[in-house]
Amino acid sequence: MGIEARNIDKRFGDFVALDDVSVDIPSGGLVALLGPSGGGKTTLLRVIAGLEQPDSGTVTINGEDATRLSPQRRNVGFVFQHYAAFKHMNVYRNVAFGLEIRKRPKPEIHRRVNELLELVHLEGFAHRRPAQLSGGQRQRMALARALAVEPSVLLLDEPFGALDAQVRKELRTWLRRLHDDIHVTTCFVTHDQEEAMEVADRIVVIAGGKVVQVGTPDELYDHPADDFVMSFLGPVTKLDGRLVRPHDLELFDASAPGTSPATVTRVVRVGFEVRVDLDVAGSEAWVQVTRDTAERLGLRDGVTVHVRPIEGAVTVAVATPNAPTTDETS
Amino acid sequence: MARWTLRLVALAYLALLLVIPLGIIVNRTFENGAGAVWDSLNEPLARHAFQVTLQVALWAVLLNTIFGVGAALLIVRYDFPGKRIFNALIDLPLAVSPVVVGLALILVYGRLTPVGSWFGDQGIDIIFALPGMVMATAFVSLPLMVREVVPVLEEIGVEQEQAAWTLGASGWQTFRRITFPSIRWAVAYGLVLTLARSLGEFGAVAVVSGRIVGKTQTITLYVQQHFENFDKTGAYAASFALAAIAVVVLLIMNLLRPKEDR
Amino acid sequence: MSDLSLTEAPPETAGPQASGLRHGRVGMGLGLGLATAYLSLLVLIPLGAVVWRARSDGWGEFWEDVTNRESWAALKLTLVAGLLVAVINVVMGTLIAWVLVRDKFFGKRLVDAVIDLPFALPTIVAGLVLLALYGPESPIGIDLAYKQSGVLVALLFVTLPFVVRTVQPVLEELDQEMEQAAASLGASNFTIFRRIILPNLYPAIAAGAALSFARAISEFGSTVLISGNLPFKTEVAAVSIYGQIQSDNTNAAAAVSTVLLVVALVVLALIDLLQRWAVRRG
Repeated sequence: MGIEARNIDKRFGDFVALDDVSVDIPSGGLVALLGPSGGGKTTLLRVIAGLEQPDSGTVTINGEDATRLSPQRRNVGFVFQHYAAFKHMNVYRNVAFGLEIRKRPKPEIHRRVNELLELVHLEGFAHRRPAQLSGGQRQRMALARALAVEPSVLLLDEPFGALDAQVRKELRTWLRRLHDDIHVTTCFVTHDQEEAMEVADRIVVIAGGKVVQVGTPDELYDHPADDFVMSFLGPVTKLDGRLVRPHDLELFDASAPGTSPATVTRVVRVGFEVRVDLDVAGSEAWVQVTRDTAERLGLRDGVTVHVRPIEGAVTVAVATPNAPTTDETS
Repeated sequence: MARWTLRLVALAYLALLLVIPLGIIVNRTFENGAGAVWDSLNEPLARHAFQVTLQVALWAVLLNTIFGVGAALLIVRYDFPGKRIFNALIDLPLAVSPVVVGLALILVYGRLTPVGSWFGDQGIDIIFALPGMVMATAFVSLPLMVREVVPVLEEIGVEQEQAAWTLGASGWQTFRRITFPSIRWAVAYGLVLTLARSLGEFGAVAVVSGRIVGKTQTITLYVQQHFENFDKTGAYAASFALAAIAVVVLLIMNLLRPKEDR
Repeated sequence: MSDLSLTEAPPETAGPQASGLRHGRVGMGLGLGLATAYLSLLVLIPLGAVVWRARSDGWGEFWEDVTNRESWAALKLTLVAGLLVAVINVVMGTLIAWVLVRDKFFGKRLVDAVIDLPFALPTIVAGLVLLALYGPESPIGIDLAYKQSGVLVALLFVTLPFVVRTVQPVLEELDQEMEQAAASLGASNFTIFRRIILPNLYPAIAAGAALSFARAISEFGSTVLISGNLPFKTEVAAVSIYGQIQSDNTNAAAAVSTVLLVVALVVLALIDLLQRWAVRRG
């Protein structure tokens, strides 16, 4: 159940947007499609919604083959990055739209709209026009509008992309809580790894039109399939031709088994951690250490240290460019 | 210094070309008092001319509004082979002299043509009758509605319509509830432009109507006929009426224009 | 789950607004068919008939119809007047647009609105209005009736808005910081106008001029009263065509019409190319 997309191909002219992409979104789950801009994730979302037709492949929604259905018949809620608010209607009419199309009786519409406005904390805004709302409020209205018709699936296309950082963080948390309450199968697209890690149960990393890796946030962070996923999902630095997390490196003032000598080029305090830039045999790398460690080792420009990955650190070989490996875990 | 000169030159040009001549006409029209003007406009032939003009104009507006909104939707929301040519052809009427419009219609729909004579046998006259005049008027005002609606459709974008689809609205429901309300000011503006152009058409209807007094004479043809027959009063009165309509149209255009920029 | 491939037409390019929905195509097909039918029956076929009729007696006859003394005189007058009007409009139109955009004075909005009057006023009324000031009963004694200058004034009237309305928006959007930068580098006002502002206006001016020209050569109603339509003297092409129609010389009428059509189309195609070039310049 939930959503199953199988072997989706989509081209725009010469440009391959999706190349044999298959994705599962479990019923009631909250999945993020994460990847760089232009990588195909929005296209996939729109194919699931029926706003684009795939060249080949199938889309199944709750057990029903939806590939040939128009968006009207798929019962998916869709939230756009720029809200797509009906500018000439007030908030009430916006949210009521789907119910009016379905010719529900007025009292029922009234009840449901007010219910939803409460849910998204827009009670009292019913008679405002979208132009009178802030970006965050407009997006909440868009969400209420999509939820009003009780869709089986909720799709969000970079829903917080047009908002400022503070509002983004608030809405992120809010979306997670909303999902915990409502449990509608949800899939959202984002290029912000922090957002994906914070909100989603599972993340599908899509780049270059292909699925690169699928897993929980922890799985992706701790066991990245390749160098692309590793560098996309968190900070990385290169040591001995391998990528490793800067906080997984340890420094010594004398040589030890497995260490390489390095010269400190810069020491910067970032919050309560310290970032140490190193020159390791001509290459640049950086290490994240605590303030204590920095003081203990007397780290400053020009000091020589010895560095190695800690025991059990995850490292990934740096592949040749343009070669994200396809890795599917169910 | 230069500023004053420029301003003076501009205003003088406009005065000599537009304002003063207009003022003189208004003056001459009311030389014998407003009563005379009113009487002149109330004469049966004048009233008939107004009726004919209005009838023809309204039909032309109706046809071009339907075509205009439809063509705008096609151009902005769809891709099809030959779209660029289709788009360019819509502007064609702008390049055609009104007299040529009349000639063109006579050549295809005149009494002696296959089409014209077939209709004639059914008792329907196209040329030298209202249908031909409607066609001529629709021809010259064709691009106006399309060109007003296209930029607005482009600007509002397709996302609201897609949102409506995902909420279950059919194509027609989406048009009625989402698309049309978003373009209504552009349509209103286009309607006013089309109506003004249709009311004022002269050359094309001069050719196509046969200028049959009391039957196919529009108010513009009326002006010409009465001026050439030295009925200055009648000509001026009708001209004044047309000029007054033009001024009202101008006012409405200026009131609506800021709204369409919203 | 079997792998279903869509047996469908090749995928649509993601045009900026094109909706990729399959079910929308039926509606589109119907709409397109109706729109094309309307366009053909009203515009394309009749215009085609004109060109067809023009050469129906052969090209020799066509040439004769166009180059006989009367038609040729009318065409010459029309084209020359059109060019003259375009030039005058370039100067005056740009000037007026400048005053409207950069100057401030009481009643400016009214003046701005008045510019559109020639769009809204029927051409026959325009002719009558101009006769009031420039005809036999002129209060200032200028009588241009039956003169070529009368024709010119009529054409200037009807083409007034064109250059103004194409230049105005460009002037309004012009980034004044460019001018400020030039001033800070020592350029005089005139230099700024000539080397900073004017080059940015060229496409708009050219487009307006071309529209003026196309409109002027097609003009009929406003010239009918003031010019007296004297053949070889003040008869413009449109009036000549009208006369031919009245005399049942439809072939001759069609011939001169075709010439006018071709000239106007060439001019409009030029505007389109010009605008395309302007867009590429940025």
